[in-house]
Amino acid sequence: MDFGRISRRHLLQGGAALTLGAAAGARPAFAAETTIGFIYVGSRDDYGYNQAHAQGAAALKKIPGLKVVEEEKVPETDAVEKTIESMINLDGATLLFPTSFGYYNPHVIKMAAKYPKLRFEHCGGLWTDKDPKNAGSYFGYIDEAQYISGIVAGLTSKSGKLGFVAAKPIPQVLRNINAFTLGAKSVNPKATTQVIFTGDWSMPVKEAEATNSLIDQGVDVLTCHVDGPKTMVENAARRGAFVCGYHTNQSALAPKAYLTGAEWNWEALYPKFVKMIAAGESIPNFYRGGLKEEIVKVSPYGEAVSAEARKAADDAKAKFLSADGFAIFKGGLVDNKGKTVIAAGTDRGQKDPELEKMDYLVEGVIGATS
Amino acid sequence: MADGSIGLWTVPLAVLGGAIRVSTPFLFVSLGECITERSGRINLGLEGTLVMGAMSAYGISYLTGSPWLGVFAAGITGALLGALHAGICSLPRVNDVAVGIALMLFGTGLAFYLGKPLIEPTAPRLPAIDFGWWSDIPQVRAALRVNVLFLIGVALAPILYWAFRTTRWGLLIRTAGESSDAARAMGHSVLLIRLRATMVGGFLAGIGGSFLSLFYPGSWNEGLSSGQGITAVALVIFARWDPLLCLWASLAFGGAAALGPALQSVGVTSGYHLFNAAPYILTLAIMIITCSPKRTLTGAPAELSITR
Repeated sequence: MDFGRISRRHLLQGGAALTLGAAAGARPAFAAETTIGFIYVGSRDDYGYNQAHAQGAAALKKIPGLKVVEEEKVPETDAVEKTIESMINLDGATLLFPTSFGYYNPHVIKMAAKYPKLRFEHCGGLWTDKDPKNAGSYFGYIDEAQYISGIVAGLTSKSGKLGFVAAKPIPQVLRNINAFTLGAKSVNPKATTQVIFTGDWSMPVKEAEATNSLIDQGVDVLTCHVDGPKTMVENAARRGAFVCGYHTNQSALAPKAYLTGAEWNWEALYPKFVKMIAAGESIPNFYRGGLKEEIVKVSPYGEAVSAEARKAADDAKAKFLSADGFAIFKGGLVDNKGKTVIAAGTDRGQKDPELEKMDYLVEGVIGATS
Repeated sequence: MADGSIGLWTVPLAVLGGAIRVSTPFLFVSLGECITERSGRINLGLEGTLVMGAMSAYGISYLTGSPWLGVFAAGITGALLGALHAGICSLPRVNDVAVGIALMLFGTGLAFYLGKPLIEPTAPRLPAIDFGWWSDIPQVRAALRVNVLFLIGVALAPILYWAFRTTRWGLLIRTAGESSDAARAMGHSVLLIRLRATMVGGFLAGIGGSFLSLFYPGSWNEGLSSGQGITAVALVIFARWDPLLCLWASLAFGGAAALGPALQSVGVTSGYHLFNAAPYILTLAIMIITCSPKRTLTGAPAELSITR
């Protein structure tokens, strides 16, 4: 497969370079047919991270005049540069979505500098002033949705013990664990979250073992942050525990056990990007947002969610959507070793860059980062 | 206790449960590889066979609604891959280790390609037998939910041990593995014996794969095996080509895999990477303790390319 692409590219490189110059030079604002390229690090039907992006791509396919090209399982190496070149030169893509974190530096930056007239939108990266202006990074504050999942979990759990199957102790994961726990504690101060790190993004046997161990400890509501939540959701449901989903809606896998979940809302964001470009507006290079900006969303509540839990969750949602917003990480926050991590009086709003460096687990989480 | 938690008892129980749940693929692959290696050939491709088995079992179970048909299909797929390995290896001057590595990549690649549309659907799973009926503790009952494949694997180990020692077939396989000249002098085709042994090995490895996708963790995805097939091949060396030792080694590996998550769940959180690596540390330690530069491994078939 790879060989096919490389040789094809070499053959066509000369001709393609010529046509590209003409095409990119006279690029109209999404007239006639525009091609958009999507690159995924894994399989696009993994019930997880990649599927969420693929759903966003599917939303673009419905818009007339847009053509979407996709490639899956592109590793975070030089391979992504080859894929980008191929999408530009062979398919004529003018807008690219390399969706995995590790693509950004140096690959996307390099490609953006090489093709200054094309647009690169990267998910998860931290765009800085030094990076090319035609590159941008977007990401969502999915911890807002995790906070709401935490509320539902806290009010559904009978034992007050919640479980979290996590891949690695990196800031994004820790932020989700902490937000979930703070959400649960806001409605049930005694609630605890037991976390198990499996060590990598896709370890189905470890994830299943972690799920079983947590349930053996009396945990009755579980959630996770791994690439494909399918294993956790199915195994927890088989043991009779409730689950909160992640990345996409997994309710089809366990309709009775699924409470709610933290989902990406790329199908709302991507058409918005396309409209901005078509209208001649520029997309901010550093684009972030949460529930209010419709970058993340909460799964519809499952049948096991009580009226009380629905109300508490809806109230929290309303606070996130209000003009002032709502800070999850407020001053006087103590970690699970007893150290104050946010001093009293300072509220860390969602956009606070300090939160993107999180290295602690809050009080109420059972587990350690190392 | 009153709140449904069983505290520190989680750890031994999880190790026991893990030994039952996680060990089955190890057991089938290692027993299969044991037969193949006893005939004088190494099939490193069993990782690919395991993944292909998992994929085809899931696909057939989904399409026909019968998980047992899926198990059978996985076995047939494995046997075909075994025949491919044996066929290539029967050509002159072909290295079986290199062919095995090629087939490992081929098997996983093909399984990912064909398995693409199977990631989303949910296939019917294999049933479990509840051996924990005597207990009121839900954790014990959960740990003792045993799949028939595990029982078949456990029964297979002593049967193979007996068959290698006392049956004509066992003797033929061992002869081919110890001295191909002797087998030839007896008027048997060594290549044919090895073909059959590799096919049976592949059949068992395929069934091991069906356990992964149809019972535990119980769905098809691309990270499903994460190297269990290769670990099981190493396990055969570690078990000295003895089916009974393969059984104990598989149980130990299954239990060790459950140790990391179980310790974290009771609050032993420091060094979880080390506990997650427990199965591999165990292999290394035993390999180092038992190896010697002065002699070949005891029990190693003399015709094996790594010992010759």
